[in-house]
Parts: sequence; structure tokens; C-alpha cells
Amino acid sequence: MRTEDLIKALDADARDKAMPLGKAWWLAVGVAVVIAGAVFFATIGPRPDIMPAMHTMRFMSKFVFTLVLAASAFALIRALSVPGASTSRAMAWMIAAPLLVVLAVVLELFVVPEADWGKRLIGSNMMICMSFIPLIGIGPLAIFLGMLRYGAPTRPVFAGAVAGLLAGGLAATFYAAHCFDDSPLFVATWYTIAIAFLTLLGALGGRFFVRW
Amino acid sequence: MTGKDEAELSRLLRAAIAGDERAYADFLHRIAALVRGFVRRKIVQGGVDPEDIVQETLLAIHVKRHTWRPDAPVLPWVYAIARFKLIDAFRRRGRRIEVEIDEIAETFAEPETETVSERDINRALDGLPPAQRSVVSSISVDGQSIGETAAKLGISETAVRVSLHRGLAAIAKRFGRTAT
Repeated sequence: MRTEDLIKALDADARDKAMPLGKAWWLAVGVAVVIAGAVFFATIGPRPDIMPAMHTMRFMSKFVFTLVLAASAFALIRALSVPGASTSRAMAWMIAAPLLVVLAVVLELFVVPEADWGKRLIGSNMMICMSFIPLIGIGPLAIFLGMLRYGAPTRPVFAGAVAGLLAGGLAATFYAAHCFDDSPLFVATWYTIAIAFLTLLGALGGRFFVRW
Repeated sequence: MTGKDEAELSRLLRAAIAGDERAYADFLHRIAALVRGFVRRKIVQGGVDPEDIVQETLLAIHVKRHTWRPDAPVLPWVYAIARFKLIDAFRRRGRRIEVEIDEIAETFAEPETETVSERDINRALDGLPPAQRSVVSSISVDGQSIGETAAKLGISETAVRVSLHRGLAAIAKRFGRTAT
């Protein structure tokens, strides 16, 4: 088939309309939040003392970390799914969440006596943390990988990893409402491991699933 | 790549997305020429037929045109797709370059016209289900309209459009995989 002939066929198919990618991303995030929320409320749900907990800095700081992670990953994945789009600004924002966590850890180390560091780090339910963040995040991750297929990422593995970070940030936001361990030491360790698992899964998904 | 090109191409693609078929044909022809130049400059050691990359890029632009933001420049988008398809093609065929070196030397001695060699796209076309294949080749190779194709095959125009759309999407997907 000559290129000239191919153009005829493409032109005849011009009328077909697909949803613009930017709009589709917002829709995908909406669906992902609903799915993550459904899994969260159907399984562990929020902790019973959530109302008083909301008046403590440590509890609320968890949401700052996870939401900043999710927001920065969302901006980056949107840029990564468009060929030729500039990603440098979105990349720079990815440092925000880790930086906030590091800052909180340093503050925590100042405030809490050294004897309690270990206890705060280990917490009371790290296994639940490490299993439920991936469990809540797996549905959103599948949606985001599907979105990468719908888009056109020129770096599929990296974009897949960012899909994992986005799913992880979202899942951790829900999970944080359940978790009793509010210390930044706990969050910096176990949340990170759980989100890293989703990130790895996302990178693998990007490698094998996101082809275009 | 000039500012004038950019403005004109953006205008054409916006019009095309709004449903202007003539603007789309114009856009695709210009893009084909630009990508052909780009790919020929980039392919220096052979192993990959530039026209295959041109066709693969056009298909990708077509099936991914919803990823272009109408307020963003169009050329960086086009070249990013072309570069991605080129790298992909090299990676797929990388292992065969050494084996085919004699054949490549011959190909390179020939002038740069669009040859009628066996194209990757033909393999992808042959892999389609018969209904889609007859629609796609009627419109492309035979140059018939949607209406003429519908009359010839005895199906509705809607069915032709659906088969065409699915066929093109399937070709775009298979392009890389059917290549050897």
C-alpha cells in the first residue's frame, strides 16, 4: 500500500471522534477515586476516632503527603501521555511530596525522645498498611494504565511507574483515614514501601501492557 | 520547521478534528512529507525502510489525534511520535541489521522514490478479518469513496465506516508486531 493510499483511508475515517485526552484523564481519576473508595469502605473503612484525630497535626499531615503525591503524579502523567509535551515543570513538582515527608521526619525526630523512635517507626499495623495500600490502589492502577494506552506515552515504562505513584498516592490517602499510626516515621517507611510496590507494578504494566 | 508551517498545520489539524476532511487530507500530506524528510535524515545505517516509518507514524497520528491539545504546537507532537516510531522500529529490527547488510547496501544505492516494495502495512492489512480488509483496501488501494465501497460490497455506509475505523485501529496496533 502506498502512503498516498493510506492517507485516503485515514481521511475517510476523519469523522470518527474520540474523547480529548485531557478530559478523559479527569474522568479516569473520578472513576479511580470511586473504585478506591468502594474498596476502602467495603474492607477496612475509616478509624472510629476519625473526628478527634482530625484535630491532630500528625493525622492531617498524612493527607498532605499523599494528596501532594497524587496531585504531582497526576500532572506528570498527563504530560507524559502526550507526545512532545514538556514534562520538566511537572517533574520538578515530584520532589514536593518526598521533601515534605523528609521535613516531617526531621521535625518528628526533634520532638519525640530517641527511646520512642523505634516504637513510632514500627507502629501497630504495618502489615495492614503494606497490604491495603496496594489492594486499594490496584483498581486505580489498572485504570491509569488503560489511560496510558488510550494516550500516547513515548516513555511507557516511566509513565507506568508514575501511574503507580498516582494510584499509590490515591490509595494511601484513603488508607491514611484508617491507619492509627500517624507518625511521619511510620509513614515515611511503610507507606513508601507500599507505594513503591505499586510503582514497580506500574512500570511493569507500562513495559508489557502500554503499547501503541 | 518554521513558525508559518506550525501555524498552518495547527489550523489544518484543528479544522480536521472539527470534521473538515479536505483539511485533514492536506494536513496528512504535509505531515507525510515532513516525516519522510525527518526519517530519511535519521536512518543512516539502514535496516529500516523510511516509508514504513512514515506510514506507521501517520497511522499513529491518526489513532492518537485526540492526544493533541488544540492550544499546543503541533510539530513537536508530530516529531515526538515519529521519533518514537523510529526508535521502536530500530529496536525491533536491531538484531537483524547485521544479517541484512548486503541487501541494505543495494537498497541504499537506489534513488529516494517511494518504492512499491513489500510494505509492513501490507502484512498488517493481510492480517485483518476479510470484511475489514476488503473495506480498507477498497478505500485506500482502489481509491473508492465510502459510498462506492458500500454499494460494491452491498453493506451500509455505517458498516463501511465501522469496518474502516476498526481496520485502521487494528493495523496501527499490529504494525510493529507483524514486521520481521
